[in-house]
Amino acid sequence: MTLPIKPKAYKSEIKPVWCPGCGHFSVLSALTKALAYLQIPKHKIGFISGIGCSSRIPAYVNSYGFHGIHGRGLAMASGLKAARPDLHVIVAGGDGDGFSIGGNHFIHACRRNMDMLYIVMDNQVYGMTKGQASPTTDPDWVNKLTPHGSQLRPFEPLGIALASGASFIARGFSGDPSAMSKLLVEAMEHPGFSFVQVLSPCKTFRPEQVQWKQQVHTAFAESTDDPILAAQRIHGDDGMGTGIVYQNQLPVWSLPHDTHEDTDIDAIEAEFLL
Amino acid sequence: MSISSFSIAITGAGGSGAVTTGLILLESMAHYGFYGLLNRSSGPQIRGGESAVFIRFDDQEVLSVNNHFDYLLALDWFNIERFIDEIPLGQSSVVIYDSNAGAIPEVLQKSQAQFMPIDFKTLVKTIHKGRANMIGLGLLANTISLPFASIETSLNKILGRKGAEVINTSAQAIRLGMTTQQEAVSWPVRSLATHIEANKARWSITGNEACGLGALKAGVRFVAAYPITPATEILEWLSPRLEKLGGGLLQAEDELASINMIIGASFGGVASLTATSGPGLSLMLEGIGLAIASETPVVVVNVSRGGPSTGIPTKSEQSDLNIALYGCHGDAPHLVLAPLNIADAVNTTFWATGLAEQLQTVAIVLCDQFIGQSRAIIDQVVVPQWETSRVTEKKEHPQNDYQRYKITENAVSPMSIPGTPNCLFTADGLEHNSKGTPSSMSQDHIEQLKKRQDKLLKFDYGTQWAKISGSGTMVLITWGSSSAMVQEAAHTLKQDIKVIALRLLMPLPVEALVKELRNSKKVFVIEQNQGQQLFHYLHSYQSLPVDAHSFARSGPLPLRPAEIVAFIKEQL
Repeated sequence: MTLPIKPKAYKSEIKPVWCPGCGHFSVLSALTKALAYLQIPKHKIGFISGIGCSSRIPAYVNSYGFHGIHGRGLAMASGLKAARPDLHVIVAGGDGDGFSIGGNHFIHACRRNMDMLYIVMDNQVYGMTKGQASPTTDPDWVNKLTPHGSQLRPFEPLGIALASGASFIARGFSGDPSAMSKLLVEAMEHPGFSFVQVLSPCKTFRPEQVQWKQQVHTAFAESTDDPILAAQRIHGDDGMGTGIVYQNQLPVWSLPHDTHEDTDIDAIEAEFLL
Repeated sequence: MSISSFSIAITGAGGSGAVTTGLILLESMAHYGFYGLLNRSSGPQIRGGESAVFIRFDDQEVLSVNNHFDYLLALDWFNIERFIDEIPLGQSSVVIYDSNAGAIPEVLQKSQAQFMPIDFKTLVKTIHKGRANMIGLGLLANTISLPFASIETSLNKILGRKGAEVINTSAQAIRLGMTTQQEAVSWPVRSLATHIEANKARWSITGNEACGLGALKAGVRFVAAYPITPATEILEWLSPRLEKLGGGLLQAEDELASINMIIGASFGGVASLTATSGPGLSLMLEGIGLAIASETPVVVVNVSRGGPSTGIPTKSEQSDLNIALYGCHGDAPHLVLAPLNIADAVNTTFWATGLAEQLQTVAIVLCDQFIGQSRAIIDQVVVPQWETSRVTEKKEHPQNDYQRYKITENAVSPMSIPGTPNCLFTADGLEHNSKGTPSSMSQDHIEQLKKRQDKLLKFDYGTQWAKISGSGTMVLITWGSSSAMVQEAAHTLKQDIKVIALRLLMPLPVEALVKELRNSKKVFVIEQNQGQQLFHYLHSYQSLPVDAHSFARSGPLPLRPAEIVAFIKEQL
């Protein structure tokens, strides 16, 4: 298939700040491939992020981007989508940005189920601050800030997303960019809030994640619209299973756009007259 | 203020109808031809607690509170001690109270007011489903010579949704109250002369509604917000009206979300606003810094209440000036404006929105509970033809050479709106170069910092930076809701006094202010906060003479003109 807009056209001239071997490079490639597959006009994309290694991604994509503040990407994206429903809104970030500082927005973005794609590049570490435990880090992972490990059960992104009302929940792996690209296409085609957790290794601070290549397995070949089955899938999985866990048609929130043509500001002002 | 100005307080336990009585009285007087200002106060209960309304009437626009109340209608004595500080009474004051409500509380006995007991209990029994508050309204109406015909219209408007039976019963009770007083007791009756020009359009409006209207008129079509006292009414008023105009309101999960949501919407090209109060403003500061750095226009209306922390949510104070000016980290120049009164809230919010859009920055509108939750009868507000449009980039740049943060003559760079082909950019809170690419180079930082400051300093704000009245070598400088009281104090002093009520607080128009102070001999800075926030701010720009006086007192009681007068006299 020849595409009028090639994947390369979606890549900007800016060189990523990521370390060599970082999983995020593959996410960038998978995303640009997915955008090219769908032939989404670059100027119709609103690409929003917070802070962290992965949150740098909007600048590397030819689109309208906003690199905002830590944890607030989803909030900004919700405002953009509400005001501009014609745009394709994509949000990206890391596990700290999305599940720790931005955890409340994650829950409420799932609840609102606005039509947007949310990619979390999960490497179970704070990379930009050079290696601290994130909400998805194992409890016994030792680092300078928590020398005994966090001693906390890892956050379950898919389970929280399901409980909070997201209508498309999937997991991908940056080491398998073609599968991930397909996943992103399906996520973008889904009407509603599409959450994709991407296991994206951090070579610098979690070199052991190089093992993920062997551990990742296709777990959800078929999606389900049954939340109970989806919950069983999430709890029965080792956190390394990929595929669409859950997909359902749920009410999508948007501003009620029923403009009353006969109402103008003068009519509103007249309410104040004695 | 004219000699026909007078004030009435109505207090009562939850469910006694004190507030409804006040609202009916205000609008009835308006129909009769008067202007009025109604402030309200309530106890800490969410619902059903005691409440009080304070109304001042005049035959011209009334913006300031009076020094004392002429009448107090106490429907009962329930928790009256909570309000008594807010109801100064004088020798000529009349307290109308229920003779069945027990002894006159000690706090009131100390006043020199005349006490007029009314046997509400017996009177109420004569009317099926009658209510004491409506009888009280009738008593007041007769006392101030307010004809029943004027009450009827507002009664229908305010109680309309309760049905015909309630209206009829209320009307009966009001009539009973109007005749009772003549038989029972006699006290000073006012004969009102009305002076409203025929056919002059007047409004009944609250400050929160006025802020909302100003924003709508200036083009705001998206609001994201989290409810907070005393700003919620702005949001509740805006929500259905935004929809009527093709926009809408998004209820955010918290204030961190609301500020970022409006930044997102504004990035999408839609003029956007949020409204909050102190605690919410504290949460929004990081987002405000982002909007400043990324040059995304947004409006933040802050309806101040007593602070710090949760403070006094239901009462007013002008103590959020410092956070509005200095709350952000880094060098973060932006706009801070303050409406002077309810009518001015329409214009100032309009102006703030227009400035934010034109200058691509944050405008904080510092309103407060006193303006926000008060209702006034005012002349219809006509907004001047101020510019409100954002400079956008419509030209395509197929060579990918669009510079979002280009250094221009006026330091404002045309903004490309998503949907415009070949004009892509990524906005960033990271320091960036003129293209928007993140940069930590000192040259880019210095250049962009200068740009963001220059655009504010090079702009011509015109003459509306302050409302300046009078002339003389004594100058009273004030801002926001205290302006009305300062104005009245100046009037009372009967000297040549200049009053400068600042609307534009940031950037401070230093040159214009210094020019206005050139021939001054005595300068007073008057504000309602403990920390002399405006006084210190003005001094920091060396805009005040070294011997300027500060009169700063915390809320929640409004500054009363008489205490301002007393302070000034002490210094002379």
